Amino acid sequence: MRAFFEKIGYETIIFLESYGRLGVFLARTVKSLFTSRFKLRPVIHQVHFIGARSTFVILFTGLFTGMVLGLQGYYTLRKFGSEGFLGSAVALSLIRELGPVLTALMVIGRAGSAICAEIGIMRNSEQIDALECMAVDPFRYLISPKLLAGIFALPLLTAIFDVVGIFGGYLVGVGLFNINTGAYFQGMYASVVWADVEMGLVKSLVFGLLLVWITACKGFYLHLERTGGFGAEGVSRTTTDAVVLSSVSVLVWDYLISALMI
Amino acid sequence: METMNSKSQDKSSVVIELTGVKKRFGRQMVLRGVDLVVHEGRTLVIVGASGQGKSVILKHMLGLVSPDRGTVKVFGRDLQQLKRRELNEIRSSFGVLFQNAALFDSLNVFDNIALPLRERTRLEEKVIRDNVMDKLTLMGMERSVDKFPAQLSGGMRKRVGLARALILDPKVVFFDEPTTGLDVHKSNELYRLFYRTQQQLGYTAVIVSHDVPKIFKLADEVALLADGQVQGCMAPEDFQMSDQPMIREFVEETMGHLYLSDEEETNFYA
Repeated sequence: MRAFFEKIGYETIIFLESYGRLGVFLARTVKSLFTSRFKLRPVIHQVHFIGARSTFVILFTGLFTGMVLGLQGYYTLRKFGSEGFLGSAVALSLIRELGPVLTALMVIGRAGSAICAEIGIMRNSEQIDALECMAVDPFRYLISPKLLAGIFALPLLTAIFDVVGIFGGYLVGVGLFNINTGAYFQGMYASVVWADVEMGLVKSLVFGLLLVWITACKGFYLHLERTGGFGAEGVSRTTTDAVVLSSVSVLVWDYLISALMI
Repeated sequence: METMNSKSQDKSSVVIELTGVKKRFGRQMVLRGVDLVVHEGRTLVIVGASGQGKSVILKHMLGLVSPDRGTVKVFGRDLQQLKRRELNEIRSSFGVLFQNAALFDSLNVFDNIALPLRERTRLEEKVIRDNVMDKLTLMGMERSVDKFPAQLSGGMRKRVGLARALILDPKVVFFDEPTTGLDVHKSNELYRLFYRTQQQLGYTAVIVSHDVPKIFKLADEVALLADGQVQGCMAPEDFQMSDQPMIREFVEETMGHLYLSDEEETNFYA
């Protein structure tokens, strides 16, 4: 019986420590933005890594997502004789929901895992200790450029995803099913309002923050992770955890933001 | 044994002072009440078997780890009472050579050494370049400025690590197992660099090392860490003659074979 309560207590402490670390990590990163000299070059470097180098994968995913939306949307709308609404359906689904979520999930897979592994290896090889010993704030030097880049790059990537997705829907709807081009775009103009774009923008900003926050934090505190620890296996386990946790967080926050802004 | 450092034996001012430091990691009690003093301008060598917590002591001195009990004072200030900004002020007078040099993988040799200057000072790039090249020349590494850490040998990495540790002209330099993984020639080269730079810059040194007895040549004081406590801290010649059972056991274990006959040596390893 005692062992049972000990186990519950232990798990509770681990849970609180783990989420407390996330909070402290974000607070220290944000604080570092205001308490030290701002340097643009590292931010640009990270925008290139997180944003520019994800462009191809976003173009590819966006195009096929739009095409499949066009395909599925056409068959569904045809049952109600509303094929003319295909443009609206594709655009609204992408702008409000799929654009921000799928962009975030793809960037987590491409850049988030790399951020966690890079920082985890730096922790393992004492590079973060070295920064602290040089009185260089690792939050300012390492983390805050990544956080700013994530918040900046995600909305841009999401916009690319949306535009390419709408074009994918157009290829299928107009090219394959001969829907009138004017009907496809006119329905879109009529139904998409600023509030839809705003929702997509808010989501992509929040997801940009979430993905860098969680993956960087997991890597930074690799040595304190129960399932992580040191060594190559520790880095791989922690990276997996970081990708899973940030992906799930994106979906949870997607629901919360939708519920608040709908 | 005569030490290479012929510094004054006068009682100098205390730079670092550990009092009753206890530290536990999970269920393992690593430090059980460590008392240790480092004097200005002198070289303290901490020896002991692997896994005794020598590097943990170093991390306490650097403020990377906080003690569960006890105090760590640097320049008379308790590290645990300091705000992060104050701790960074103290750390800006530190230099550290980590066990594996801890060079930044994504930066070349030049940028690794320039990093503390770029981040901690507002010096112009030309001045930074001159400073970095001076240190690299001192280390005999001026031809490797553009190389990345992965392209360097273990000895070269240590020399770059030492150059980075010294770039801000620190008052205290910490060495964590500086010669681990190096052959005799490279170890001697690193010791010579240490000796030369300490003579030139006059820094206080704290060295964690396994390299007994060679490291005694550089030490002003040697401290033995065993069973989570400092078993004694004294001049190297006193250390080797000490009657303290644990020190005697350590000296016999690490240096005894130097004085054994062939037959005794066979039995020693049997």
